[in-house]
Amino acid sequence: MSLTKEEVLHIAKLARLELKEEEVEKFRTQLSGILDYVGQLSKVDTTGIEPISQITGLQNVVREDIVHVQEAETREAIIEQFPKRKGDLLETLGVFE
Amino acid sequence: MPKLNELTIVQAHEGLKKKEFSSEDLTRACLARIEEVDEKIGAFLTVTKELALEQACIVDRKIKAGVIPGPLEGIPVALKDNMLLKGVKCTASSKILENYVATYDGTVVKKLKDAGAVILGKTNHDEFAMGSSGENSAFKITKNPHDLNRVPGGSSAGSAASVAADECLAAFGSDTGGSIRQPAALCGIVGLKPTYGSVSRYGLIAMSSGLDVIGPFTKTVEDAQIVYDVIKGKDPFDSTTVEHNASLPPLTLRGGDVESLKGVRVGVPKEYFIDGMDKETEARVREGIEQLQKLGAEIVEISLPYSPYGLAVYYVLQPAEVSANLARFDGIRYGYSELVHSSQSSVHSLFELYAKSRGNGFGDEPKRRIMIGTYVLSAGYADAYYKKAQAVRTLVKRDFDEAFLKVDCIATPTSPNPAWLIGERMDDPLSMYLADIFTVSANIAGIPGISVPCGKAHGLPVGLQILAPQMREDVVFRVARAYEKSV
Repeated sequence: MSLTKEEVLHIAKLARLELKEEEVEKFRTQLSGILDYVGQLSKVDTTGIEPISQITGLQNVVREDIVHVQEAETREAIIEQFPKRKGDLLETLGVFE
Repeated sequence: MPKLNELTIVQAHEGLKKKEFSSEDLTRACLARIEEVDEKIGAFLTVTKELALEQACIVDRKIKAGVIPGPLEGIPVALKDNMLLKGVKCTASSKILENYVATYDGTVVKKLKDAGAVILGKTNHDEFAMGSSGENSAFKITKNPHDLNRVPGGSSAGSAASVAADECLAAFGSDTGGSIRQPAALCGIVGLKPTYGSVSRYGLIAMSSGLDVIGPFTKTVEDAQIVYDVIKGKDPFDSTTVEHNASLPPLTLRGGDVESLKGVRVGVPKEYFIDGMDKETEARVREGIEQLQKLGAEIVEISLPYSPYGLAVYYVLQPAEVSANLARFDGIRYGYSELVHSSQSSVHSLFELYAKSRGNGFGDEPKRRIMIGTYVLSAGYADAYYKKAQAVRTLVKRDFDEAFLKVDCIATPTSPNPAWLIGERMDDPLSMYLADIFTVSANIAGIPGISVPCGKAHGLPVGLQILAPQMREDVVFRVARAYEKSV
């Protein structure tokens, strides 16, 4: 299969990735090749085969809903990682225009 | 007498116990070796010299006071740079996390600290553990210590190279499709991929949560077993972890002396000896299997008919999980942000902030996988790709389940060829993906596997892979140890 330029741009938009002009053509070719390769799965008959989503067979793993209080030092270290902050608050752009 | 940095864990432990040398001596020997060779090899991104010496001194004080050291106490090790070590940079070898400092210790790291291991630093790898050569790092290319013009394999490139170059006694990596076993094979050392869920991933930067597992690189199988015993176990912080069942079914393997493999049935799948495979590599692996036979094992030809689809299953499920896991890198809370890196005026909306931060922060391979994953999960394609791959995953697993009714373990090549030249596969992602053709199925089926060195092809190391049923690391170790002792 061969992806179109528009399809690549649409996927990139869904994935929140801004691509440079030269990347679009490069990824178009490479992604088409990879999708061709994985397309061989369509040849396998999977009628009546249950898909696996957890390989060791675990089901409904639950825990008590308990809040673990972080040490002040850890909290500080996390806040330190904010790209932009006002005091202890995270600063970013508004959701609404 | 080998130099201290060349010792195995077992040898170093004996020396520490007999007070022939101190943990500080061991640590300084490794640090000196890093100083001497790492500029050429490029295994390390961060060397935590002060932390290492501090840890070593604590151990030395205990030993001096008469405490008998535990098996990993005072042993210098290295961590892949996708494992969180509190207070130290953790980059995932990506520009998007270039300045990220870990705020806590991952469970494996905590277990290592509790066991008294000395942490020398963080190693280079393919960005977010995506790649098979170590060339995808945003920071540097790690070289193969056996030939500096060649790749060490990947993604855990630096961890494999650091052990092979005697810069540490053991190292840790993550294996999602072969990222421990394949570089171990290409670097001529031992690499263990444990059963899915047997080792906690808490504090491992998630790539593909249905496949990722942490494991060790060591110089011997015995060392791998010692390390595995320290890091395994159920963890409340990783709900996919499971405890090893103490009452495993009896096997022909039980009892008997370690040197003999009498009564052990080793399956050799015909699908793992493919056209286009390097002939010398195949010859070494066949000799390895003959050696198992000489040790008393019964060699059984088996078939894993769905294994040729393993890689295709992998390149649907893995990118799908990548696209979800890497959604957290949004340029807002931590990591590379276009809010800081460009003048405010060029980013007008949240969408632009996401797209520009991610577009500039991620390298090519994460971008490719995020896009493949987004595509196979998108409306109209999820059934044809994602659900289909999950169903074929069932068939791949069934292959193994049926095979393990007939045999105790399976022996295969780890990689279809030895280390290739740097740059050789960088323009063709698919040829890079094919490097994992013999390793991915173990991740698809959740089973353990080890790669042990089995001679050389074209002067470069070759790996023999031993696979066993889920939670049967004991089988993997038993067979691999007998093999290792005999050669």
